[in-house]
Amino acid sequence: MIEVRELVKKYGEHLAVDHLSFQVEKGQIYGFLGPNGAGKSTTMNIMTGYLSATEGEVIINGYSIFDEPEKAKKCIGYLPEQPPLYMDMTPLEYLNFVAELKKIPNKEKDQMIADIMKLVKIVDVKDRLIKNLSKGYKQRVGLAQAIIGYPEIIILDEPTVGLDPKQIIEIRDLIKTLSEKHTVILSSHILSEISAICDYVMIISHGKLVASDTPDNLGKLMLGANVLEMTIKGQKDIINQIFAEIEGIKEIEFHDSAEKDCMNVIVKCAENVDIREEIFYKLSDKKCPIMMMKTSNMSLEEVFLELTTDTTSVKPEKKIGFFKKLNKKKELEDQSEEEQMIEEDLEEKSESEVVEKENEDEGNL
Amino acid sequence: MKAIYKKELKSYFTSMMGYVYVAFVLLMVGIYFIAYNINGGYPLIGYSLSTVTFLFLILVPLLTMRALSEEQKNKTDQLLYTSPISIFQIVLGKYLALLTVFFIPILVICTFPLIMGRYGKLDYGMSYLAIFGFFLLGAAYIAVGLFISSITESQIIAGVISFSVLLVTYLITGISSFLSNTAITSLIAFTILTILLCLGYYIMTKNIILSVGLFIIAEGILFALYIGKKTIFEGGFAKVLNTLDLASASNNMIQNGILDISSIIYYLSVIGLFLFFTVQSIQKRRWS
Repeated sequence: MIEVRELVKKYGEHLAVDHLSFQVEKGQIYGFLGPNGAGKSTTMNIMTGYLSATEGEVIINGYSIFDEPEKAKKCIGYLPEQPPLYMDMTPLEYLNFVAELKKIPNKEKDQMIADIMKLVKIVDVKDRLIKNLSKGYKQRVGLAQAIIGYPEIIILDEPTVGLDPKQIIEIRDLIKTLSEKHTVILSSHILSEISAICDYVMIISHGKLVASDTPDNLGKLMLGANVLEMTIKGQKDIINQIFAEIEGIKEIEFHDSAEKDCMNVIVKCAENVDIREEIFYKLSDKKCPIMMMKTSNMSLEEVFLELTTDTTSVKPEKKIGFFKKLNKKKELEDQSEEEQMIEEDLEEKSESEVVEKENEDEGNL
Repeated sequence: MKAIYKKELKSYFTSMMGYVYVAFVLLMVGIYFIAYNINGGYPLIGYSLSTVTFLFLILVPLLTMRALSEEQKNKTDQLLYTSPISIFQIVLGKYLALLTVFFIPILVICTFPLIMGRYGKLDYGMSYLAIFGFFLLGAAYIAVGLFISSITESQIIAGVISFSVLLVTYLITGISSFLSNTAITSLIAFTILTILLCLGYYIMTKNIILSVGLFIIAEGILFALYIGKKTIFEGGFAKVLNTLDLASASNNMIQNGILDISSIIYYLSVIGLFLFFTVQSIQKRRWS
């Protein structure tokens, strides 16, 4: 369906996309994942024919985007990072314009626009000026624009950025509906989003494809260790002593807890070893109550961090402790408050095993 | 192309721009028309039109400055350049829309000779030829303005540059008359021009052998011509500069009512050239 071969894009000396190759098959949702500036948008812009590449090829349905741009572009609907809207048009006028631009026959046009407006739920606002619409509605008008003409491939660049939690969930559902009939490629730097909707994830870092697989497989890929997160009441020295007696612990980290007299402890232990019971009895012997204990496998988020920090020149990051890493990740993702809200929302749903939820720093799902 | 044309034309008339433009042109032409043709009784409408051409220097940049720069700024160009139409069609659609806005006051002006005809004998051919020349001049100015709008994201910068460029072309005949007419001055001027062009070529390609080679060849031709046929260098540089004068090429048609094929071809080539440049400047941005 889409074939990208050895794509290279240079901005002056800066290499934005570095020999990127991948294939996209029909009828699935693909996710581009990568930190800001990884080359996601550049790749999408090249695939849609907005930018040209320094080297390489993009084949869409058998047509090269560089040699037969008009035929190739006909198969694609594109929603760029910033929706390309004309502020002094109404959504209806705008969609009419886009339909004409995409050469939709007149007799199908009105019905198609009506259907799409219903699909993205903008019927109520169709006669208001786009500049007066809220961000969520603008995003939907942008999405409607990409769907016009029902192209086989729909490419969405960060479709949920800046939306409120409810809107994000609505847009996600919409994307899922779209994937029944279209191939969808979307990009995001938010992991929960990718793991929630994509069938296939491609992690891009510094213009290179560092991993591509299903979200589940990627999670397994990095599964080297079991991690226990605990909040224990007691002195650091005593706790450390207790843990020293337990076999099978690979690594241990201590952090101050928000709770009084407590320590946050992160224990990494070998795979297939369950030391929870042992910890419980040993700690209770020494009168060190466990306030919270949870297991966490390597989530997609950590896979992402491992893979994307690997290729940077700043190697020491790998050794940063778990909590610091989470903080670091926050900076990296440049999360806005809304996004955080969502993450926490979803966390609550997916983490039924959490005994006590107190630490806001937990970002993994 | 039709979609772009319709959208663009509509956008001029959903904002104030289109109306302001039409009203202003009609007001100015109207004032001169009443002064020269109605009160003064002068039988050629071209006389009042030629006094108004300087207005284009301000009006055309106002009209063209937002044409492509605004699309870039609002990122709506991403929609246009990822749609299944070619860049040339987009540029042509925009140009024709601009031309249509420009043509509206011309249509009204077309009724002026009819008014004049009621009060005396009038050569309609000459009158409409003058209006045609006026239209061609504006069409060429608009092509230049459209190109300048494509090279920058800022409307204001596009407007200011368009104004400066049009002003220079308007004044160039006057400027070139300051230059000395001797053959040696022309040779020096052409040499400087060649150096600049080759330097520009070097900056773009970073190929020193080719740039120096081009310079040597160009200079060789210049010197050979200078030795062989010195006369063509007398006032030669001024002549070259004068070809940049867009306005005076229409003088024959507007002021004298003469059907001047060479200036029609001149304007058509200027329009074609600048539309081509516009497409190229958009293509260039995709590559950089």
